[in-house]
Amino acid sequence: MGTALCQPTHGRWQDSLSRLRGRVGVGVLSTNNVLRKERAPTRIASSDAIRPPPQAGEAKKELPSVVVVKDHNAILLHAVDEAAVRAGLSIGLPLANARAICPELTVYDADPAADLKTLNDIADWCDRFTPLVALDAPYGLFLDITGCAHLFGGERALLQIVTNALSRRGFAVSAAIAGTSIAARTLTRHVSGKIVADGAEAQAVGPLPVSALGADSAVTTGLRRAGLKTIGDVAARAPHEISARFGAAFTTLLSHALGQGDAPISPRKPLPDYIVEKRFPEPIATDTVIALTLSSLAKMLVAAMDKQGKGARQLEASFFRTDGAVRAIMVETGRPVTRPEMIDRLFSERLDALNDPLDPGFGFDLIRLAAGRTEIVVQQQRDLDATVHDNDEISALIDRIAARIGGKRVVVHLPLESHIPERAALALPAQHHQAAASAAAWPERVAGEPPLRPLRLFEQPEPIKVPFASVPDGPPHQFTWRRALHAVVRVEGPERIAMEWWKQDGAALTRDYFRIEDAEGQRFWIFRDGLYESELRDEEDKPVPANWYVHGLFA
Amino acid sequence: MNGARTGTLASLRGSIARIEAPSDAAMPNRIALGHAGADAMLRGGLAPAALHEVFAAGHQGGAATGFIAGLAGLISARKPLVWVRQDFSDRENGALSMRGLAELGLDPRLLVTVRAADVDSGLRTAADALACDALGAVVLEIWGQARQLDLVASRKLTLAAQASGVTALVLRIAAAPIPSTAETRWIVRAAHSPPGNAASPWGAPRVEAELVRNRHGPVGRWIMEWKCDECQFSEPSAYPQPVAATPAHRPHQAQARAGHRLAS
Repeated sequence: MGTALCQPTHGRWQDSLSRLRGRVGVGVLSTNNVLRKERAPTRIASSDAIRPPPQAGEAKKELPSVVVVKDHNAILLHAVDEAAVRAGLSIGLPLANARAICPELTVYDADPAADLKTLNDIADWCDRFTPLVALDAPYGLFLDITGCAHLFGGERALLQIVTNALSRRGFAVSAAIAGTSIAARTLTRHVSGKIVADGAEAQAVGPLPVSALGADSAVTTGLRRAGLKTIGDVAARAPHEISARFGAAFTTLLSHALGQGDAPISPRKPLPDYIVEKRFPEPIATDTVIALTLSSLAKMLVAAMDKQGKGARQLEASFFRTDGAVRAIMVETGRPVTRPEMIDRLFSERLDALNDPLDPGFGFDLIRLAAGRTEIVVQQQRDLDATVHDNDEISALIDRIAARIGGKRVVVHLPLESHIPERAALALPAQHHQAAASAAAWPERVAGEPPLRPLRLFEQPEPIKVPFASVPDGPPHQFTWRRALHAVVRVEGPERIAMEWWKQDGAALTRDYFRIEDAEGQRFWIFRDGLYESELRDEEDKPVPANWYVHGLFA
Repeated sequence: MNGARTGTLASLRGSIARIEAPSDAAMPNRIALGHAGADAMLRGGLAPAALHEVFAAGHQGGAATGFIAGLAGLISARKPLVWVRQDFSDRENGALSMRGLAELGLDPRLLVTVRAADVDSGLRTAADALACDALGAVVLEIWGQARQLDLVASRKLTLAAQASGVTALVLRIAAAPIPSTAETRWIVRAAHSPPGNAASPWGAPRVEAELVRNRHGPVGRWIMEWKCDECQFSEPSAYPQPVAATPAHRPHQAQARAGHRLAS
């Protein structure tokens, strides 16, 4: 059994949500659609989900239930179901009053985090309609359906699909389509299922009460006291009068609701450059079919990108389960990918290596492949220049390894301008920094000298026990590291490395490094932390013995 | 029938003779280490497109790393190098320092490091990397007695190396040798710097390398010094030859004073 749209975390609403399993009745469209990023006159659908949270089946029991929230030491109703509304309860009422009105009340605590998660899950599900889905917290969603509606049989059908599917899951849905997001939201506050043609917003929202605008309660009350009961009434006044009384923000909100100007929605995810998807009349669940689908999608994606000479740097496959859960899997590449086999291979590596494998549950009814970031591909002569070929091979190898074990685990090294040994090099993801690393300038070694820096460097210098030194700031004669005693045979040093005293937090102690060889022939890089007498003093200004560390091992 | 049998016998004898021939002649494509004794024993040097193993005790990580870095530098010959390292190895022996690598005369720009979380993912990554013929060599560094690195795993690595022509080098620290398909197997420990006066430079990478397996010849034990400027191994300079046992009985106090050279 798969998880449902939302996890039962807390309270009864979550409980009842978790029971909502089943098939989503999305229209069966076995078309393969290629969408391109475009900006045209926008059509926005807004749906207010969850808002009164009552659930299907609650009405039968006729026992009113409410969700309460604690606000400044008062317990107020946060949400009410239909039975509670019928009993005369409303949001914002103190719980004590509500109990007085309706003694047999079932009360649950509000859980805003779970609500937000549910809203996010619904937004994930809505990704199947359009890539531009924005949250309108706490209860709403905006879907920019510009250029998408015809794929679902028109705006009316799309609205129906969304409303039906969400209602079937037990959410109370109110949805509308309009030219601007605020107009659509205003419409949903009052009546569900409205579709407003472009330019007819003013007419549509005019008769609605001012509360539908969703402004502050102070503004709404003020308007009502001024005798302006509907949005039409407010719109009839001169804008400067409204601004003077209620502020410019409200005037802007009003003009957006009337369809004059638009506030952009902020989608949850950046719009991918290319999207290809496949819908299934019957949900699919087997690995073979999923792999076949992915490879055919990869071919379509590459064909679409190829027309514009692009290659993908970031790919995302989204698997939409019939029960509403969505799993997105992303792979990144170091170079633009232009071959479908490569995409195939990257995803098969990634899917193989997933810690929690792809769970088809009752099956996937939509699989989508999106190129999140693309680049123009520079075609190079391949068969004559061997280095071009080699570089491509290595990039492909890095991409494959990174797809399986993660991009941060495949690193190249860059020099850093620092005299502090542990900060002298930087390990960066190979996918993004390969070119920089191959052109990096490392410090030249001094010819004729033995290595002056160790081959292996500890990230954290390891403390060693030094019993005594002949002179306080001299090298040790023997030391104990990892419970083994090492007798020092040869010493070279000290090499004094001061910390970054010019920085605020650079108050670390000066280090004296010694290159030493022990009786077995092992060579270490050890240092004394702090200068004797000048830096190492206790509260009574007496010199204290220094700490010694081993920082690296020479070959 | 008789003729056919003699023919078979002759061809078998021929192949046995080829196998047993004391071929002092260097084999083609061998990569010379630079150490005359070892090169002679290896018939010209290390075989490319094969698996070579280097073992070391847990506290000999530095010397073993230097030895395998030298081998990788020789074999990869200015081609990119993939070094697959277990996270645990970093904690035990420290991470590979790029400045230190540059000090050995090798080029950090050609190195791609893969930090594998465990032995399994390290093995798989190494096998993947071995399939990429643009690489010079692949180093797989595994800490401890890894059960996964058995005969089957080493066979896989060998086959991948043969197919692509990329050399596989496996560094096993704190592990005891077990049967594998390696072409050569070395046990490495640190060797002393040559005795000298206080001002003489010391500290060149110097290892005592014991060849314990050689598929095509005898084994041996040498002291090798890595020449950082020439980028190859050599016979140790100013060292009493031959050296067999580990000298670990010197009066270190006196040595320490003699060897203490203040940095200018």
